[in-house]
Amino acid sequence: MNPRSSRYGLILFFVYLAFYGGFVVINAFAPESMEKPLLSGLNVAIVYGFGLIIGAVVLSAVYGVLCGDVSRSENNEEKSA
Amino acid sequence: MIYESSWQAVLIFFLFVGFTLGLSFWLGRKAKSSEGYFAAHGQIPWFVNGVAFAGDYLSAASFLGICGMIAFYGYDGFLYSIGYLAGWIVALFVVAEPMKRLGRFTFADALDSQFNSRGIKLAAGISTLVVSIFYLIPQMVGAGALVTPLLGFDQWVGVVMVGSVVILIVVTAGMVSTTWVQFLKGALLVVFSAILTWMILDRGFKVADGGVDGHHFQSITVQADDLSNDDGKVGELNDVDVLPAADGWEKAKEKFVRLKNRTTGDVSVWRSSSEEGSSTVTLSEAQTLTKTADGKILVNGKPKGKKKGEPELHPVGYVTELPDGKTETGPLSTVEFFRTLQQSKVVLWRNEKFKTADDSEVTVYFPKVTTGGQVLRPGEHPTFKGIRSEKFTDKINFISLMLALFCGTASLPHILIRYYTVKDTSSARKSTIVGIASIGFFYVLTLYLGLGAMTSGELDVSDENMSAPLLARGMNTWLFAAISAIAFTTVLGTVSGLILAAAGAVTHDLMSSVLNWKMTDTEKVRLAKISSVFVGAIAIVLGILFQKMNPTFLVGWAFSVAASANLPSLVMILFWRGVTRQGIIAAIVVGMVSSMTWILLSGEAYSKVYGLDAAAAIVPFSQPGILTIPLGFVTLVVVSLMTSAKK
Repeated sequence: MNPRSSRYGLILFFVYLAFYGGFVVINAFAPESMEKPLLSGLNVAIVYGFGLIIGAVVLSAVYGVLCGDVSRSENNEEKSA
Repeated sequence: MIYESSWQAVLIFFLFVGFTLGLSFWLGRKAKSSEGYFAAHGQIPWFVNGVAFAGDYLSAASFLGICGMIAFYGYDGFLYSIGYLAGWIVALFVVAEPMKRLGRFTFADALDSQFNSRGIKLAAGISTLVVSIFYLIPQMVGAGALVTPLLGFDQWVGVVMVGSVVILIVVTAGMVSTTWVQFLKGALLVVFSAILTWMILDRGFKVADGGVDGHHFQSITVQADDLSNDDGKVGELNDVDVLPAADGWEKAKEKFVRLKNRTTGDVSVWRSSSEEGSSTVTLSEAQTLTKTADGKILVNGKPKGKKKGEPELHPVGYVTELPDGKTETGPLSTVEFFRTLQQSKVVLWRNEKFKTADDSEVTVYFPKVTTGGQVLRPGEHPTFKGIRSEKFTDKINFISLMLALFCGTASLPHILIRYYTVKDTSSARKSTIVGIASIGFFYVLTLYLGLGAMTSGELDVSDENMSAPLLARGMNTWLFAAISAIAFTTVLGTVSGLILAAAGAVTHDLMSSVLNWKMTDTEKVRLAKISSVFVGAIAIVLGILFQKMNPTFLVGWAFSVAASANLPSLVMILFWRGVTRQGIIAAIVVGMVSSMTWILLSGEAYSKVYGLDAAAAIVPFSQPGILTIPLGFVTLVVVSLMTSAKK
């Protein structure tokens, strides 16, 4: 396994896990706080929910950029091997 | 409701399906080798594969089930959107690249790469088969739901149609054509949903007291004692008698009042509600659907019609109150849409089913005025109500479901095989990123689509799966035709992907590796095609049996089984050197058996599948993931430690 891309992958994985876990725990144990208004009239549920979806897209793009140089050298190795 | 087909819908539909089939035959003629049949020669460009991920993943469950749940219950359906997308994070960051590096055709290959064990192939092959079939059921249910309003057929006709077309595609084509078909509709689904969302925002909200058929639902407030005297008057209604709550109506949990017109003899049903300590009662007009003991269907007491204008359930879904007393908002921005809804009141419809004394099955659909704040918060749908409960097990049930959604995606066989259609690990990664972007964009739209349907006046109270197509029909017939055709081919694509995964498991894992059948390449492909026909036939039968269930709900089950059976071995083999052959086999078997048993013994299965009382269920909560996923990991570690010590 390529150590660099897998390390990036794990770090980003745990970042997202914390973000997602927070959402699930708030929903389960403090559902009423999901109704509170947060941003320009939108409640926590909407903002956090959209945040999770957009966050996943952003993190995956970040991962793609981080691995960009790794994959180039990896491809070279494959060619030389 | 009565569904009449329109020629535009039929035309677009057949053009689209015909084009899809033609394309898949044309692409499929080259795929003669098993390499080509199962893995498209590893030659699919990463961008195409990425969008095809979206095509595979955005199934009937996503499009119909989530939109339907949001349309009837609000935010809750969006929890599925969030969970389904989060699962891709596991797929991308943990599983994608090693899967590509280790395997060749199936996910059993990847697990088995260090061991070359028949046991692993057998266990992984069976789990692929089980998960694929579990996942196939909701797709077939969704297909039936789509065809009904489009072509005016019965639901089972839709199921049989999808099944047959898919078998045809899979038998003639294979992974190359499946991928391109998926690419096409993945892209079209996202684009058309975006157009629909734009139209919803452009339309804004409008106050109404009924659906698009022009029926006005009445609501009257009367003195409580007005219901007990027999002067023939109830509030502003004249010439009516109040029927006593008897003959089975007294068993209803809600309070329903039946009024009989003295001249016509027609009986109308009302839901009565009153504020605490108030002497007045509010009666809201309800709708009933009665299935009599001899099999007749009555709508609001009259035989159900066949054409427009004859008795049918009225369409529903409307706003009763907008902020600042406005009656219409005009075009809204993406943020204003939620802000306005938050301060409005919406009428949602609930139902109660019971048996009356003459053995008829009555379903009463009744309106419930709901504040926007309630619509835009989690916890209204029965599946998610648990988060507002005081009971700890209800909260665990919710966490368990969200965990299964998170872990399930990366364990779905038909998603995993898509990693073998691209040329290297870097393409596998890039196509996953493209997949996440398209799927994420679509899931953002689901909330607009669902809430748009909720306020469209088009909803069918008896079928929440129809919400999204009906929303489109309210906008424009052509758009409806296009959306339905896309959704239908979406089902086709997802189903063919699943059948391919299952056929791959049978041929490659079970027959050739486990039973050690020596087959030439052509024979392998032939065997795969025969297995496809069988799996397809099973899917058709199950699709008809389960037709009333919300597909999203069933997909939730498939995710639990997939995550419990497959994820522990997939992850551990990547991160722990001590894994043994026996450990993997034990983890797959224990995960699969425990999660399935749990589901079959759960309250949800009791009430929705067997028709028994949910409270009688043996297990304390319905979603197994939180116990069975860790159980799979523990089994793997313990068995691995035991067996490696013996060496």
